[in-house]
Amino acid sequence: MQNLFFYLFALLTLLCAFLVVANPFSRNPVTSAMFLVLTIVSLAGLFVLLHAFFLAAVQVLVYAGAVMVLFLFVIMLLDFKEEELRKLNRFGVAAGAVSVAAIALIFIQAILASRPAANLPPPTLEGATQPLGRILFTDYLLPFEILSVLLLVAMVGVILLSKKDLK
Amino acid sequence: MNVGLENYLVVSAVLFCLGLLGVILRRNLLVIYMSLELMLNAANLALVAFSRFNGHLNGQVMVFFIITVAAAEVAVGLALIVALYRKRQTAQVEDLTSMKL
Repeated sequence: MQNLFFYLFALLTLLCAFLVVANPFSRNPVTSAMFLVLTIVSLAGLFVLLHAFFLAAVQVLVYAGAVMVLFLFVIMLLDFKEEELRKLNRFGVAAGAVSVAAIALIFIQAILASRPAANLPPPTLEGATQPLGRILFTDYLLPFEILSVLLLVAMVGVILLSKKDLK
Repeated sequence: MNVGLENYLVVSAVLFCLGLLGVILRRNLLVIYMSLELMLNAANLALVAFSRFNGHLNGQVMVFFIITVAAAEVAVGLALIVALYRKRQTAQVEDLTSMKL
């Protein structure tokens, strides 16, 4: 049953990711954004299969919620029209596809050659929210605080960047 | 056949390559940004899989940090794109060649 769900979610993730990058029917950024939402939701499904329940929830809340709303907001704000008219450079497309395929081949060869252990450890503290919170506020307290400063810096930066008269 | 670590890693690698393909092929800055998000998510998937199959939670904490940093990065990046669009009226990478020699 779990295997079935893994293949379902993996297929959905990769299919939607491909449609984000190269949708044969539409070059509209809104379509890409919608398929990105589907990709993220099916990735959250994979996280659930890996017993990372809290991260699955955070993934849906932060990515599919906040980040994608931001993307769609900017797309609406900018109002693209001319994208359909552009033609892709054929040589560039071929070279890019070939090099990415080579990188993918190297990755998969490396993964299959290293033969990682396939046996599951017993799920003792896996993905439960309580141990995650404990480890976050003891071992990783300093990175956590630095992260809050980073969010503050990002907020100040965004406000400064979106002022009308950018120097 | 039982699903093991390598299955998740292969999915993660293919997802990363799809994101890379998007960054290389697409000409719209926003779509390039979405492809960057795909690559970050591929890294997240690999980290969660490692965390699960090694039996400790450090990988999940790392993913938590990555999600937060990605949210900050998206906010700043989109503000940059909006500022750029306001100045140059374009979001296509082909039109942004003022630093070309």
